[in-house]
Amino acid sequence: MSVATGPTPPSLGNIVSQRELTPPASGPCKIEARGMNFYYGDKRALQDISIQILPNVVTAFIGPSGCGKSTFLRTLNRMNDIIPGTRVDGTVLIDDKNIYGPGTRVDELRRTVGMVFQKSNPFPKSIFENVAYGLRINGMAGTRTELTERVEQSLQQAALWDEVKDRLQDSALALSGGQQQRLCIARALAVKPDILLMDEPASALDPIATQRIEELVYNLKKQYTVVIVTHNMQQAARVSDYTAFFWLGRLVEYDRTDKIFTAPSEKLTEDYVTGRFG
Amino acid sequence: MTLSMRRATDLAFQVVALLVLLIALAALGALIFDVVRDGIGRLSWDFITGYPSRRASRAGIFPALTGSVFIILLTAAFALPIGVAAAIYLEEYGKRNFVSRAIEINITNLSAVPSIIYGLLGLGVFVRVMGMGRSVLAGASTLALLALPVVILSTREALRAVPGSIREGSYALGATKWQTIWHQVLPIATPGILTGLILALSRAIGETAPLITMGALTYVSFLPNSLGSPFTVLPIQIFNWTSRPQQDFHANAAAGILVLMALLLTMNAVAIWLRDRYQRKVAL
Repeated sequence: MSVATGPTPPSLGNIVSQRELTPPASGPCKIEARGMNFYYGDKRALQDISIQILPNVVTAFIGPSGCGKSTFLRTLNRMNDIIPGTRVDGTVLIDDKNIYGPGTRVDELRRTVGMVFQKSNPFPKSIFENVAYGLRINGMAGTRTELTERVEQSLQQAALWDEVKDRLQDSALALSGGQQQRLCIARALAVKPDILLMDEPASALDPIATQRIEELVYNLKKQYTVVIVTHNMQQAARVSDYTAFFWLGRLVEYDRTDKIFTAPSEKLTEDYVTGRFG
Repeated sequence: MTLSMRRATDLAFQVVALLVLLIALAALGALIFDVVRDGIGRLSWDFITGYPSRRASRAGIFPALTGSVFIILLTAAFALPIGVAAAIYLEEYGKRNFVSRAIEINITNLSAVPSIIYGLLGLGVFVRVMGMGRSVLAGASTLALLALPVVILSTREALRAVPGSIREGSYALGATKWQTIWHQVLPIATPGILTGLILALSRAIGETAPLITMGALTYVSFLPNSLGSPFTVLPIQIFNWTSRPQQDFHANAAAGILVLMALLLTMNAVAIWLRDRYQRKVAL
């Protein structure tokens, strides 16, 4: 298996050899699922998912609607816990710690594993307060100066600062769709997560706003491990280093993005990425 | 059906709806007109600040008015925190099971229980068992019980209307359940909660039966000055006057109704103002 082409994740080149980069990687991984099943009531939505996600790369989850990619994403910060009647078995390790094991503090987990949703969901508060909220509730607000600095820093990271710096006290709801989504990214980054989960973050945005989000995602991997769910295969190809293809609640194939899109191993993957179904 | 017939039907329904509306308005108008005609002559500063008297022309409404304001503020102070807390528990924390469904059905039923039953309960529990006597405290506690089901139901409705995406956004940042409720859900639900409170208090302020049952006085020549004071309220004073044979007292009753209506409208106006202010704050 040759994987010489395509971008090499900067932090990985030193750790593991090129060959071993082909998942399942043998190097240190950030997120690992082992034989994970997920149930909505009696219905099994995810079957026997095993995957190793590497640090400081962008991993894309693709697949047709209802294939389980969003469900799997939401198991990584236990967001499904708030849906009654759901159940997980198997293990999900983040930094080698089973997040479904006893002693996991779910609120602390969610701070370290940030999430951006499909539909932007700014709080009905000012732009400033949207970003400051996470800092306040996690006891990270510090002094007024520190808080202001952290808010500015986060807005800059999300490439929104220049557009909002003169109106931080305005309602977040007055921003455009693309700006709202970047505000949600800033809000997630403010609390210093390690991992950023993005659930179709650009699916409701116009092409220009989408492009800005994609550039942002590409830049974020220097500091964060990014997992992005997308319906848009061009988007997966553009922003991700690794791609996982889900189908009917199973993980069909997981490999370097260039390989998935040019020479997938599975017939099913090939049919999907070439647009024969889905 | 032809187009012209459909238009005719449309017009017919519009006319019927308008007529029905006019009937309702006419009834209300007649009532107000009648009360104003009878009572406006008695309405004066002396009437509002005066004490009851055996002579109709010298009787005033001050103790009843003070009692009503005192009672209703206290009722709100009891019903709001308890009602909101109960609704938060039922809506956000409670598990969906047989017990929670039973509680739910009971609360809905309680809001339809005749108010005199609450009066009996107040008499039994607050006045006698808890030894509050026939006091302002006992009266407000009784009315708070009466207001609770409405406050709980409307608060639950308001909590349920808060979009799930806001809760998810908060949880995703590492917020606990309580932080999410306190910082995100409650501020958004506040206008809805206040609307429910207004409705409940508007009903409570006009209640006579439960307070008479639990032993509010009908002739009070002093002001309630503590939680333990005996008291009367406007509806009881009005009821008392209407049951007198002398025509002059009927005019007093009409004037009392005008004062009660003014109080009710003022309360509603304040609550609506509060609600709008919150709505603007939430929408910024």
